[in-house]
Amino acid sequence: MIINSRPFIAYCTIVRKETKRVLRIWPQTLLPSAISMFLYFVIFGSLIGTRIGAMNGYDYIDYIMPGLLIMAVINNAFANVVSSFFSAKFQRQIEELLVAPIPNAIILLGFISGGVLRALLVAGIVAIIAGGFTQLQVHSWLLLITVLVLTAVIFSTGGLINGIFSRKFDDISIIPTFVLTPLTYLGGVFYSVDLLPDFWRNVSVFNPILYMVNAFRYAMLGASDIQPWRALILLFFLVCALFYFALHLLDRGVGLRK
Amino acid sequence: MHDAIAITGLSKVWPDGTRALNEVRLNVEEGEFFALLGANGAGKSTTIGILCCLIEKSAGKVTIYGHDLDQAPNRARQLIGIVPQELNFSQFETCMDIIVNQGGYYGVHRSLAIDRAEKYMRLLELWDKRNLMSMYLSGGMKRRLMIARALVHEPRLLLLDEPTAGVDVELRHSTWKFLVDLNRQGTSILLTTHYLEEAERLCRKIAIIDKGRIVISTSMKALLARLEKEVLILDLLQATDSLPAIPGYPLKRVDEGTLEVQVDRRSNLFALFAALDGHGIQVRSVRNKSNRLEEMFLSLIARRNSVPDDHQ
Repeated sequence: MIINSRPFIAYCTIVRKETKRVLRIWPQTLLPSAISMFLYFVIFGSLIGTRIGAMNGYDYIDYIMPGLLIMAVINNAFANVVSSFFSAKFQRQIEELLVAPIPNAIILLGFISGGVLRALLVAGIVAIIAGGFTQLQVHSWLLLITVLVLTAVIFSTGGLINGIFSRKFDDISIIPTFVLTPLTYLGGVFYSVDLLPDFWRNVSVFNPILYMVNAFRYAMLGASDIQPWRALILLFFLVCALFYFALHLLDRGVGLRK
Repeated sequence: MHDAIAITGLSKVWPDGTRALNEVRLNVEEGEFFALLGANGAGKSTTIGILCCLIEKSAGKVTIYGHDLDQAPNRARQLIGIVPQELNFSQFETCMDIIVNQGGYYGVHRSLAIDRAEKYMRLLELWDKRNLMSMYLSGGMKRRLMIARALVHEPRLLLLDEPTAGVDVELRHSTWKFLVDLNRQGTSILLTTHYLEEAERLCRKIAIIDKGRIVISTSMKALLARLEKEVLILDLLQATDSLPAIPGYPLKRVDEGTLEVQVDRRSNLFALFAALDGHGIQVRSVRNKSNRLEEMFLSLIARRNSVPDDHQ
């Protein structure tokens, strides 16, 4: 039976430990996104949004809500795994896992699951807050859940890769600050790419977050700048590529074994 | 029957070219309590690191109960419990969680891991601290927590890297008793330590490593039998100002009530006492200046350092 197998018990242990960590330090893991998203909704939704008017036929608050939600998912999935993995490495408690007979794929899946779990918890909290400002609507539950989970998996894996290469605490903030934040803000969270000049619209096509935001917007509103199937293909490709790369790094012991 | 540990031709060269281990050959029999001694940087922790797969070897073969570390690393790891030199657990988790989680990593069911955690925490006098965050434990308790954690999957081989470093005398003695009992129940133990008294008291077999090479690997009894000279401290009944010259027994004055003498291990101490008595000096008690193993260790290392590297 798989549930009695050693790898499965090890996987459940990692997930349980990660979940406990997220809940234990909830003021650092769950609260910040709740506050920042509340402010986004107040400022961009109620105050400025009403003056902006409609975007692609939707109230501005309804238009940006999916993007804000996916932004919270991206930030939390990445932050959870990079900080948890790097702390474990820094405090050397990662050795607890490295000396045990656990396949590297299980270690990887365990940390990713922790990141996905936090991302989904935060998504739930943000959705509840959003419900206070606008009527939530869902066009396709299946697509919504698929995009949420795949996005969380991608950025959890990215966080783990960042954690593997990090040597000091400063290193874990480089990617979020210099890569994730610009890509997210330029990924169509607050605007439709149709508003951009041709050149910048063509540049935006290379931003993967644009696909995630638009696929999620389609799942909620039924409207998108990009066809959802194209976004899903990209998401599946990124999941596979990043998972393979992270597993390769763990197998090689990069940054972990001497 | 396979040896608990069989190491042949083990070498480790760091990326900067430093050779940490050089053609190490070492066998630890099943059920053995084995000491690996060496100065700082001699290669003890590198050897332990390779055994528990935290350090990649450059060459050589290692088997744990017959399981090759290259061919079947997970089978080998399942048989090993490791107590590292540095603390390597989360400071924010409770003692119970640390032990039970480690059991989970080894595939032990949670309910069984909780039972075993209780068993080993009681034996190691940590049970009262089970729900305390590990950061609040004393240094000695943290070391014992690592021992309990290493045992939760009931390994057949326990690797102890300086397990009692910084532990007070009382805790050290109770830890020794625990380890001796564990060994009697069949767990093979490889111990590295700076406390030579610890090695002499606990271990039947010993290897000394220096500059990445095994200098000697033998039984503790055979090693101590090689000790040719001992330095004894003589506590006198009465203070004396004189320092008599007694042939074959070079005496040194430590203070007015204490003398020091270097004796050949074949010499007769009664002859020394009689000669001292003849000079009006009576001895109240005799003790070794340092641990016998320490003297042996220092003499072996000193002998080796007097030989150029390319002749070793």
